[in-house]
Formats: sequence, C-alpha cells, structure tokens
Amino acid sequence: MAHDMHTAQGIHGHFYLPLGSGKSERPFTLDVRFDLPGRGVTGIFGPSGSGKTTLLRCIAGLQACKHGSLTVNGAVWQTHNGRGRPLPVHQRPLGFVFQQPSLFPHLSARENLAFARQRASEPVSDNDYQDILDLMGIAPLLAQSPDALSGGEQQRVAIARALLIKPRLLLMDEPLASLDQMRKREILPYLEKMHRALDIPVLYVSHSVEEIARLADHLLLLDAGKVSGEGPATSLLSREDFPVQLGDDLGVLLEAKIEARDRHWNLLRATFDGGSLWLRDSGESIGESIRLRVLARDISLTRDPDTQSSILNRLPVRVQEISADRDPAMVLVRLQPYASEATETPVSSRLIARITRRSLHQLALAPGSAVWAQIKSVAIVR
Amino acid sequence: MLSESDLGAIWLTLRLATTVTILLLILGTPLALWLARTRSVFRGPVSALVALPLVLPPTVLGFYLLIFMGPSGPMGKVTEALGLGTLPFTFWGLVVASLLYSLPFVVQPIQNAIEAQGSRPAEVAATLRAGPWDTFRHVTLPLAKPGILTAAVLGFAHTVGEFGVVLMIGGNIPGETRVVSVQIYDHVEALQYTQAHWLSAAMIGFSFTVLLLLYLLQQRKSAVGLRYGA
Repeated sequence: MAHDMHTAQGIHGHFYLPLGSGKSERPFTLDVRFDLPGRGVTGIFGPSGSGKTTLLRCIAGLQACKHGSLTVNGAVWQTHNGRGRPLPVHQRPLGFVFQQPSLFPHLSARENLAFARQRASEPVSDNDYQDILDLMGIAPLLAQSPDALSGGEQQRVAIARALLIKPRLLLMDEPLASLDQMRKREILPYLEKMHRALDIPVLYVSHSVEEIARLADHLLLLDAGKVSGEGPATSLLSREDFPVQLGDDLGVLLEAKIEARDRHWNLLRATFDGGSLWLRDSGESIGESIRLRVLARDISLTRDPDTQSSILNRLPVRVQEISADRDPAMVLVRLQPYASEATETPVSSRLIARITRRSLHQLALAPGSAVWAQIKSVAIVR
Repeated sequence: MLSESDLGAIWLTLRLATTVTILLLILGTPLALWLARTRSVFRGPVSALVALPLVLPPTVLGFYLLIFMGPSGPMGKVTEALGLGTLPFTFWGLVVASLLYSLPFVVQPIQNAIEAQGSRPAEVAATLRAGPWDTFRHVTLPLAKPGILTAAVLGFAHTVGEFGVVLMIGGNIPGETRVVSVQIYDHVEALQYTQAHWLSAAMIGFSFTVLLLLYLLQQRKSAVGLRYGA
C-alpha cells in the first residue's frame, strides 16, 4: 500500500462512506483519499453537496465511518477496517468550528470558554488564555450571554473556544457562511491573524473563492464525493481548468512583496516574479509579503503599449495557451509574463485573461504572440 | 374549616406527590433521554407503553396493579419473599401505582426538551473533549431544565389529582392511603357538603396556582416540553 510510505508529518487518510441508501434520500457516496500538509490552512473547496462537510465530520469522528483511516501528524485516530476502535470524538484533540455559531446558550461567553479550558488536551496557561482572547478580540464580550452577541461575535467566541482545547487539528466548517457580508469582513482579519499565529494545521471548508483565496495555503477540491484536485492554493486557483466552475471569479493568485510607497499618489508598488504592479495604498508596510488576486475579467490585451489610458498596470506577456470558456462568446487566454523586457526570462507566475472570441480574432492572437496585459484592478487578498 | 382528618389527607397527598415526583425524575430522565436519542426498533413500543396511562381508565390500571402486586401476583410474591408483605392498601403501593400513572407526564416533557435541542449541543460538547456522561451532566441536562421543571410540576399535580387508581389499589385507610381526592369523595358520600366544599376549593386553588406558575415560567423562558398543558 502506497500509504505505508507516508512520513509522520501531515494528515493522511481515506474515507469510504455510502450515504442515503433510503428511498427518500439521494444516494451519495463519499470516497476520498488524501495526504495533506501537517501545517498551514488547507481549504476544502467544492460546490454544495460535494461532501465537504461530510468529510470534515468523518475527520472529527462526528460521522461514523467504518471504512476509513486517519493519521494526524503521526497520531493514529482511526485505522482501516476496525483494527482497533476509532478514537471517539471527545478523545480526538481537535477543535471544531461549526457553520452556525454554536455556543452553549445556558452559559455566558466566559463560561463557554471555561468549558473548553477545563477539558483542554494540555493545561492552558493564563498567558495562552489571554493570547487567544486577544487574537479573537473578545475580551470585552466575556460577560455577555450568547444571545446578546452578534453572529460575528458569537463565531469569534466559538473559534476561541475551539482553540482553548489546545487542538492538534482545527476543523472549520464554513465558519462565515451564516454571516452577512459585513460580518464576514469583520471576522476575516481575525482568521488571518489566527492563521499567522497558529502552528497547527487547519482544515477550512468553504465554497467561497474569496475566503479560500485569502486564507488557504493548500487546497483539496471535492466534487460529488470525490477528490477532483489537490495542491498549493496559488497554483491551483490560477489554473483556467480549475475543476470547480468559477465564472466571474476565475483569476490568479500572485505572491508578491511590497517594494515601494508613493506617498504623493497614495500608491504601493508590489513586485512578483513576473513584474511589478501598482496598488492602492491600504497601509501595508515595505517588505511585507502579500497575496494578490487578479481576476481574468479584469485583464484586457493590447498589441501596443497603450500609454494613453487610465490603466496603471501594464505588463509585457506572451500568450501561452488559448482555451474555450463555458460562454461561447468568450475565451480564456493564459499569459506568461517575463521578468524583464530585455531578457525574456521565463517566470513561473501566470495570468489569465478572459476576452471575447472576437477580440482574439481581431488581435490575431496565437500561442507565442507578444502582447501587453492591461490590468484594470488588483486586489490584495492578504 | 378543615378537620384533623382533612389535614391528614392533605399531608399524605403532599408526601405521596413529592415521593412520586422525585422518583419519576430519577427514573424518567434516563428513559426520556433514551427515547429522544435512540434509533432502536423498541422506540415505538416503549413510547406507546409510556403513553398508555393517558388513555386507559384509571380503574383498568388499578385493577391490573391490584392483581400484579397482590399475594398471588408476580410482584406480590417477590415483595412477600423479601418480607415486605404485599403492597396494595399501603402507602408504597400507592407510590408504585402513581409512578406508572404519572409516568407520561414526566417523560414526555423531558423527552421533548431533549429532542428540541437536536444533536448539535452534544456534538459541540464532544468536540470540546467532553465524554458522554460529562456531556449529559453539563450540557444536555441544563439545556433541558425548562422541560424538567414542567415535568416535575405536571408529575406532582397529576399525582395530587389521581382518584381512580388510588381507590382501586389503596382503598381508604386514614394516614396510609386516604388522599385528598378520596377524602372529598367520603365527605360527599356522607353528605358533608361543607367539608367537601372546603377541600375541593383548596384543590382548585392549588391546581390553579401551580399551573399559573408553570405558564409564567414557560413564558419567561420560552421553554419547550409542555405537551400536556393541563
């Protein structure tokens, strides 16, 4: 078995779980095998009904799965075909954040946290406790009862509660899905802070590209109960054949670094391996590593460097590949930037432009054509 | 006003109702938990058995209990072998009968309260490393508190109000089995209407107060579990 080879680090396992054999239910079978990194955030991404939540529940042990195995950074939680009983949920050192904020309504926020702290897998020092409160910014909320808190506040307390048991693995099941856009914006920075502060692996289920683009280092893609892709988030999310239909959300992720600040125009200059881009200054510091997202619909192509334009970012690129879009009027053009115009050193970053088939024809683009990519907007996702 | 024997009947009734309520909470809670959570095929039959006293005439229940606990009944033989004598026409006989008679009034509100929680709180507790007993003690039970309160009040009030079963199984022994409802019956039989009025009015006052308190509590806590409101 190939899986005998795996190293101690990482999250390795497989689950086979046929569900819904009853007449009224739609039959569904979860059949996944995965080897995920033992640190960082792994996004579990896929359309609704693809089995994301079921997989997470299997990993937690909330969903019993006879045919499954699971090893988390060397600790065996479940072995195949019942060689030894699977570890019951309450003995798995995991934190679970549910989609709906699920604080105990009969306890105050502080008592909810105490519930977890008392049962932590190792003692939680007062320092650690304070750190977690600070991380989630919930110190002022502790005296409240859950129903006096907003959905976003409840979810922050719930995340802090999950962290207080000192988990070896944090599972988050669409923790933002029940919140409105405002609350999402309010809570995402806390999740990013948490991501930077924690060294435990996080499995983050979501169907939102925005959340995945901001948070995930690694991706596991699910479709109809099966794994349809796996790999580093930046490269996977930048593929035009991304297995999940993204439509207008299709785009690339670029790892970049802030190089310079233009105080006069309130802009930042960020470089990535394929060139540099001007961004609106939102307070990042020089030298900071950021992740940029450039949507395919925000890139237009020109044959000449059109300097008489309001577009700030213009990169010399070569057409690498042209592929069909779901929309017959559109095509996807995969572009390879080159680091400097003189040398044309190939770089690993790619851009994707979504242009009309007619423009493709008018510009007479073919693989190898040299063009300028005009980038209308660039978002700093983190 | 109330005579010595009236006060004796009231005291006996309160003693009986308190004993039965405490025992029912102890026995009924695990049963309610099991009924709320099980997927066993026995769930249906057990639910029907628990609900049986709701539809049976009390005399039927009393009749079979009389035979069951009597000297030639299975339970009677056991109690006699243990040197306890037979239970009919004793206080403890009334307790056993009342346990069965009031069972649905205690089990169903608790069962409803646990069912209304859904599986989420228990799942959350498990992910916070609480074992099954820990979860029951610190999550399921506190969340079911309004239902348990309803159960206690209904169980108590229903035991106070029983008549048919008492008459069948307990007869009319002062200080032992003569509860308020039987005492009222005796007064009426003896044409002591004034005495019957006093006791009956006291019963109405008591029942109304209990139910009023219950409803006020329910409103305040928007609680679940009141299926048999009166």
